[in-house]
Amino acid sequence: MTTTLIYDSTFEGLLTAVFEVYEHRLEYVKLVKGEWRSTALFDNVMQIVTDEHRYGRVLKGLQKKLSPNGMQRLYVAHLAAIDDADAAVLGYIRYVFDAPQNIEEDYGNRHVMRVSEIVKMMRREKHRMEAFVRFQRLQDGLFYSVIEPDFNVLPMLIRHFKNRYADQKWMIYDLKRKYGIYYDLHQVEYMEMDFSDGQGAGNVINSFTDDEDGYQHLWKNYFKSVNIASRKNTKLHIRHIPKRYWKHLTEKI
Amino acid sequence: MNLERITEKLNILADAAKYDVSCASSGSKRKNENKGLGNASNGICHSYTEDGRCVSLLKILLTNHCIFDCAYCVSRKSNDIKRAAFTVQEVVDLTINFYRRNYIEGLFLSSGIFKDADTTMERLVQVAKKLRTEHKFNGYIHLKSIPGASDELMREAGLYADRLSVNLEMPTEAGLKLLAPDKDRKDMIQPMGFLRNEIIQRKEEKKLFKKAPIFAPAGQSTQVIIGATDEDDRAILYSANHFYKNFNLKRVYYSGYVPVLADTRLPALNTAVPMVRENRLYQADWLMRFYGFRVNEIVNNDQPHLDLDIDPKLSWALRNMQVFPVDINKADLQVILRIPGIGLLSAQKIVSARKFSKLNWDHIKKLGVAVNRARYFITCNSNAYERRDLTGTRIKQFILAESQSKYLKNKPDQLSLF
Repeated sequence: MTTTLIYDSTFEGLLTAVFEVYEHRLEYVKLVKGEWRSTALFDNVMQIVTDEHRYGRVLKGLQKKLSPNGMQRLYVAHLAAIDDADAAVLGYIRYVFDAPQNIEEDYGNRHVMRVSEIVKMMRREKHRMEAFVRFQRLQDGLFYSVIEPDFNVLPMLIRHFKNRYADQKWMIYDLKRKYGIYYDLHQVEYMEMDFSDGQGAGNVINSFTDDEDGYQHLWKNYFKSVNIASRKNTKLHIRHIPKRYWKHLTEKI
Repeated sequence: MNLERITEKLNILADAAKYDVSCASSGSKRKNENKGLGNASNGICHSYTEDGRCVSLLKILLTNHCIFDCAYCVSRKSNDIKRAAFTVQEVVDLTINFYRRNYIEGLFLSSGIFKDADTTMERLVQVAKKLRTEHKFNGYIHLKSIPGASDELMREAGLYADRLSVNLEMPTEAGLKLLAPDKDRKDMIQPMGFLRNEIIQRKEEKKLFKKAPIFAPAGQSTQVIIGATDEDDRAILYSANHFYKNFNLKRVYYSGYVPVLADTRLPALNTAVPMVRENRLYQADWLMRFYGFRVNEIVNNDQPHLDLDIDPKLSWALRNMQVFPVDINKADLQVILRIPGIGLLSAQKIVSARKFSKLNWDHIKKLGVAVNRARYFITCNSNAYERRDLTGTRIKQFILAESQSKYLKNKPDQLSLF
């Protein structure tokens, strides 16, 4: 019989769920994110309470059998919040504990393969955002950018942007997930913003610095000038920059 | 900022620089340790032009005034076009402001030769120096080394730039003589040799003294124009191989000639850009650098040209059917890398995954192998495999019939070139 485990959608919660799976020797399990609502829908439901002691033990066990890179990949796969990601992560972890040796590279196993696929999707999206963020300079000196990535990659962007733009204040806001990251010249913080004035997070034209329009104009011109018309290849162009990203790209607006 | 004037200059000088195809911004390890602006590491393509090429660097000429008259170049002296020149400060401002907005990875600065080699080179070095020292800029800088510039200037350039490049322009000396009579191939090879020695020497120093300055950490590259003269692919690839081996080049770029000028020495103005041939040359280049192929396995006296309708790896496999089929559960990585339809990553994954269990078709497909090509060349843990004794020609027909090749419709255009 299948047991449904309800957890709080954090990675720690997921690891606590893994603990319960072993504690109660559950065979078939289904992971669901969210709140406890009603038992009427399910025959067999367990509410997971995230617990430091429990997920700590799972974490320790994993660290013994996985490389740091393997741990990182599990976390990234969970972050993706794709439908079957949690099932893949759970399957992966059970395989890790069941196998005598390190199984990170066993791509013949469907869970290992699926985690690898999800991580690949996440990494690609992260890389795209590192490329497609377009900062706009506002009057208070802030470099501001809005993005709408396919997956929740903001946490993965912090290190790159912090290292690169160490001497300017910047903020990247995820319009889809309604939160942002903000760097104040010292550290990066998560921010949630309330746009009750009806303008929305995307509209900041009124607060541009004097030269912002000028540089956007120059960049658009540059983009046009480097094109070689006799080599036009629209299919390739769109494969590299899918249309859904265009609305936040200065040169494609 | 005088927006109108800068815009005009940018349009002219970006337009003139775009035929230089190098766009790499990777291979450097410059860190942002001084809490300055930027770093250079893996390379990011921030945008793509409508022709599908990556836009990673602000690629411009300092000026398109030029004392030379090379037939293939838009900026040649005798060409009647608008001329412009940036000041050092203008280039610096553009770079910094584009970089801060995350438009670019850095600067690729080249120039027409406006008085003599040294004056031009000195100006390029000034830009890089100003960026590094006054603006604490740690982004990527690629400087063109001007043929004939002094060793002193080249050395200084290497201290500020991540990559330096000298364009060979034509794959062979004869081609260069014909189209660029003012240029001497020796002047191009001399700085390459100088840079090679300097890079090796600085690396040694760096091993001994951690504080030793980094010198052109992303190495040097070059570019050859193809399809402007009548060299065959063998000549081009042998020449590329020679420069990889003897000058430690990081990259050789192949630039399909875009007809920009009417000249009896050149292909006519309405000739198509040899894009497929260019693509095949890059594929061959990759085979030499990453897949362990020797140049004479790809092109030789019997096979002076690359196939246009199939890639060079498939082409090699079809000529060497005695090597196949390969058992992917047993063969060495080096052998697996030679199977059509299997790339670098999937080859490595196969070698890792087969330690755990024998792989079958399903596994192989999931690992990212193009099974529709690979299946003629491999066996795996399955009874199903290609049992017919097919000739190379037959396999080629099967594969071409299956793929909706974007190249087939281009083929007639390509042939008219030669």
